[in-house]
Amino acid sequence: MPESLRLPIRLAVLAVVTVIIQEAAISQISIFGISADLTVLVVMAVGLLAGSIPGAIMGFGTGLLVDMVLVQTLGVTSLLYIVIGYWAGRLRELRDPSHGLVPMAMGAAATAFAGLGMAVIQFLLGVDAPVSWLLLQQIFITVLVNTLISLPVYAAVRRIVEPALPQDPRRRRRRAYTTGGLSPLQRPSQRLGAMPRSGTR
Amino acid sequence: MHSKQVRRRRAVVAALVAVALILLTAYFGESPSSPLHTLQRGIVEVFSPIQEGASKVLSPFRDVASFFSDTFKAKSQVGQLRKQVHKLQAELAQSQYAVSQNAQLRRQVGLDNSTGLASYKPVASNVISRDPTLWYATVEIDKGSDDGIHRGNPVTADGALVGQVTTVDPTVSFVTLITDHTMAVAAQVQDSSADTGVLVPAVGNPSQLQLQYLPTSAPVQTGQQVVTVGFKSGPLQDLYPPGIPIGQVASVGNSLANNGEVPVTPAADLRHFTIAQVLTAPHAGAERVQLPSGSGGGSG
Repeated sequence: MPESLRLPIRLAVLAVVTVIIQEAAISQISIFGISADLTVLVVMAVGLLAGSIPGAIMGFGTGLLVDMVLVQTLGVTSLLYIVIGYWAGRLRELRDPSHGLVPMAMGAAATAFAGLGMAVIQFLLGVDAPVSWLLLQQIFITVLVNTLISLPVYAAVRRIVEPALPQDPRRRRRRAYTTGGLSPLQRPSQRLGAMPRSGTR
Repeated sequence: MHSKQVRRRRAVVAALVAVALILLTAYFGESPSSPLHTLQRGIVEVFSPIQEGASKVLSPFRDVASFFSDTFKAKSQVGQLRKQVHKLQAELAQSQYAVSQNAQLRRQVGLDNSTGLASYKPVASNVISRDPTLWYATVEIDKGSDDGIHRGNPVTADGALVGQVTTVDPTVSFVTLITDHTMAVAAQVQDSSADTGVLVPAVGNPSQLQLQYLPTSAPVQTGQQVVTVGFKSGPLQDLYPPGIPIGQVASVGNSLANNGEVPVTPAADLRHFTIAQVLTAPHAGAERVQLPSGSGGGSG
């Protein structure tokens, strides 16, 4: 398989499998009256791992698939997921966060954005029925549940996507720092190992 | 080099957003037989066997997870259900007497007495997927037009109305639930004056509906049954047969006196039902409430 196709193929398969698992299993499990939403977490994770353009494209594709499979208004979920994938990717490109809890915070933010964004779009498209204040509570519980599962979801996506990612020089450099390879705080002897001494005079 | 990358990134995102907006605008204004809808149904047709298989494969995991959440829920419902059983036992005795009396009267006046759900040719189906969002309350079932299902057919679960079929393919169908914001059902409270209104959902609260347009002086009481009206007005017929249970009046407060509204708790567990019955002949053998000519009314 050509090197350039490895990432797109993995992302396409990941999107299809995520949507199927979400609709066939996860959405039928109710926790405090709501269901977790894997799709938004997977889009966020791809953005964080692969960058803004793959994140945005993954968001568009996953959103379109969700709308297609559930026979909803096409484009609504895509629009929200493009933003989520792009933001997650930009965070990686600008800050390159390495803290282990970043996927949790991003998962919470992405789920809140998706919930509130969907509400705004639905209001813009027109809602004929009365809207309950419980909607906000439901969005809040969805954010909590998604935050709890965001770390395992991120770890699973990382396992699938990372082998297909091109080598990133910045990450390589950081890895070298954290393992002591390029740290300026170390003496050359520590960094490079024992210096061979020249022979006795 | 850097600016080229930035330009490329912005162009990609702008193109994706533009395509999403074009799709949204085109889809929103299209009829159900338009190309985008046809493409969507094609994708559903391709995905439905995969989803059906995945649903069966993943059902043990789903059942384990549901077991825990259902146990917590069941514990909190025990006391409430015990009270309900006592009350229903008393009501059952009265109802049985009324049924036997009703059957005798029907025979006397020559009415068609085949108004049970069986006369509407129900087709049993399994739920294979469910919409996770709070805005679209839809489920996908594993029966379609090959099984005699048509668009608009009423759907019941746990013996109560849960929605209607809105999209049909040969092997699968999509059911829009009564909690979806696009739904409205003509409903009747089984109070002493059989008051009718329009049942609409409360978006964001899947366990509650609102019965609107009731007379403000209606003698509605908490716990009374709400059923479908099944009206007929000239050539117009309600989508739903009459007398299908929908839910119970949850409470009667100031909203009835002020706005003619009461909250209704659905009889079916709309987030957990896994087997649904599609009434493929909803107008078979059912007598309808005759509305006076010129009066309006709508459902679905």
